[in-house]
Amino acid sequence: MSEDDPVAAFRVEAGELLDSIEAALLDLAGDSTNTGLVDEVFRGLHTLKGSGAMFGFEALARFTHHCETAFDRVRKGQAEASQALIGVVLSARDHMQALIDVGTQGDPMLEMAGEAILSSLEKAVANSEGMAVPRAIQTERKGWHISFKLPPGSMANGTNPLPLLDELRGLGDCRITPRLDEVPPLASLVPTECYIYWDIVIEGDVTCEDIEDVFIFVIDDMDLAITPLIEEPESDEPVEVLPVATVLAAPQPVAKAAPPAQESVRVAAERLDELMNRVGELVIAQSRLAQLATSSGPVNELTLRAVSEDIERLSAELRDTTMAMRMMPVGNLFGRFRRLVHDLARETGKTIELVTHGEATEVDKTVIERLADPMIHLIRNSCDHGLETADDRIAAGKPVSGSLTLSARQAGGEVLIAITDDGRGIDRERVRAKAEAQGLIQPGAVLGDGELFQMIFHPGFSTAAAITSLSGRGVGMDVVKRSIESLRGTIDITSTQGVGTTMTLHLPLTLAIIECMLVRVGEGRYAIPLSVVEECIELPAAEVTSTARRNFLDVRGELVPYLRLRDTFGTDYPADLFQKVVIVGQGRGRVGLVVDQIIGNTQTVIKSLSRFHAGQGSFSGATILGDGNVALILDVGNLIVAAQKNQRLLGERAGEVA
Amino acid sequence: MIVPERVLTFALDGEIFAIDAQAVREILEVPAITRVPGAPDFASGLINVRGAIVPLTDLAVAFGMVHADHGEDTRVIVIEAEVEGEPTTIGLVADKVLDVAAMEGVPVEEAPPVGMRWRADFIRAIARPQGQFVILPDLELIFAESLGMATRQERAA
Repeated sequence: MSEDDPVAAFRVEAGELLDSIEAALLDLAGDSTNTGLVDEVFRGLHTLKGSGAMFGFEALARFTHHCETAFDRVRKGQAEASQALIGVVLSARDHMQALIDVGTQGDPMLEMAGEAILSSLEKAVANSEGMAVPRAIQTERKGWHISFKLPPGSMANGTNPLPLLDELRGLGDCRITPRLDEVPPLASLVPTECYIYWDIVIEGDVTCEDIEDVFIFVIDDMDLAITPLIEEPESDEPVEVLPVATVLAAPQPVAKAAPPAQESVRVAAERLDELMNRVGELVIAQSRLAQLATSSGPVNELTLRAVSEDIERLSAELRDTTMAMRMMPVGNLFGRFRRLVHDLARETGKTIELVTHGEATEVDKTVIERLADPMIHLIRNSCDHGLETADDRIAAGKPVSGSLTLSARQAGGEVLIAITDDGRGIDRERVRAKAEAQGLIQPGAVLGDGELFQMIFHPGFSTAAAITSLSGRGVGMDVVKRSIESLRGTIDITSTQGVGTTMTLHLPLTLAIIECMLVRVGEGRYAIPLSVVEECIELPAAEVTSTARRNFLDVRGELVPYLRLRDTFGTDYPADLFQKVVIVGQGRGRVGLVVDQIIGNTQTVIKSLSRFHAGQGSFSGATILGDGNVALILDVGNLIVAAQKNQRLLGERAGEVA
Repeated sequence: MIVPERVLTFALDGEIFAIDAQAVREILEVPAITRVPGAPDFASGLINVRGAIVPLTDLAVAFGMVHADHGEDTRVIVIEAEVEGEPTTIGLVADKVLDVAAMEGVPVEEAPPVGMRWRADFIRAIARPQGQFVILPDLELIFAESLGMATRQERAA
């Protein structure tokens, strides 16, 4: 496909249109009287139809036409934007996506599916017609009082007031009164200006929109006042007429998300300029270096160092700029879940309110893309198993509508994304019983909440059977955990029975480059991600010779288990006299890693391990050091788990002895 | 039996091995090797090949041979191979790289199922140029087996 393939461009545009239609539909589901939203859907459909036909997507244009017609009726107040209608149009939106994907050829199967959607669309429109809600700015049978004044310079720009007046006359009975009091004396009159303004009384079956349509080309600048001739007899609060069973409770207005993730990335022009500046500086630095390299005679050390420092600064800035271009707001991701929650609410018959916070938090593009599937699973879980049915909620004294909160915030080098529901919470006893039955934990073993809930992520640990009687579906939680771990992230669960559950995903800001602490163990050098390093201390002399019976350190009154990496890695290189302990922490776990030497900080480009070493466990990747050697990057999460397991084994052994 | 047109021959513990010359990307002097603690002996280290991190494998381990120390003639042959369907760059240790030879007219036989110290299925064929024995190893099978072993080890751990 060539780069400027117009069909590809249309697909991208159509994708964006469909996304905005979906967003508007979902907003509309919570606020069905919002004419702005109705207009937005209508405009989206209209544009899609037009450009679809232009690029040869005939089936799409034909199909979209019907939806557009339906929404035109809603726009004109002849039908109501009912939940049923929104549901049908949402599925129609999916069908449009399918039509776009299939291409200009068309597909008989799709056509059939389309017919089915159209017939339910007709039904939905027909049903809602009777219930059409009169809106404040709608059909006012008595008539309108209009006064309008054209903006200065509009006649010069080609606006002619006479056809406007003619058009108004076409709408109904008009009494037009020209106002001449602003017409200046002849001497100062500019012939291209319109000094006259008009008062018009129009009677008949005319809507306010009809009148506004007349002035559509000049409405932005002109003075236009449209008032109903006679006040409405009773102020008919339209909100009260709404069907009470709004399936999706009014969501928080979601911040307009940036364009969705596609193969192409939109980059702010200023970021590109910044990048270009850096590259320019780098070229200059490089030529200086080349000059130094080819110059005869001894090279001034200071000059060389200056160039080196320049290049160091530039590469750091280049890295930051490039990285910034890869960052996308998580609002993109959250936006996709609104539809999911809407559909889940329908499927499960629950009322679910989706609240989102921190959409502006930026995460690496790759993380966002790979986060969608695990999050879909977690959200499904929360809606399916977490939130109770309306009856149960009332019985438990909770509001009928369940709430699901997605929030994102940045904390240090991590982004925290939390999925919170106010459902029934996780039943600890059942999880424990299940884990004991499966032999994952010793009966009676003392486990913290964190450790106990981690059992849910064990492969084959059926959450459905353990926690609710509802059946699970799709991928298991172990897959969720694995995909989060492949992003170098972790999942924390906190849950209070009867109050709700929070799943917090800890994710790295970026995948490609991290700051690392370089350490030496034996003759090997290893990198520890700096984001998890808490402090470094010297291994107390008493611990150096102690046997492996008690691997604890007293760090300011707190017991921290430690791992001797020399033993873990089985090195026989002579140990350093003064070994150091790097205290690392991730989530709630905290552990000391005993190393021979701390070399220093370094920036590392993470490379994945080959398939021969991927299953190693202790390492999350490898990197190339400044001298060209390969260093392994420690997988701190796994090491913490290993240390805690050790500690528990020791504890159990101690218990047996006693 | 598919025999490659041209092969690269190399010595390992006194035997001569031959691999498809098409698969060979480059031949390096032994670079600094980073040992991966806990990795299987067959692929115990990592090397840096022009900025890419490449696993270093040792066929001597797969064939249960005496593993010679790296000497003056020791080289790393960097090859592209399919490992479980994924194209992967892999380094092979060779005691000495010998020659690139055409296989046309060279008698090739199936590996005899008995009478060898090695696993017969690791050997695709044996070529006999001028009365010599040249082993054509089945690299894909060897890599796949060692991966299987790696995962078994992991499970046992």
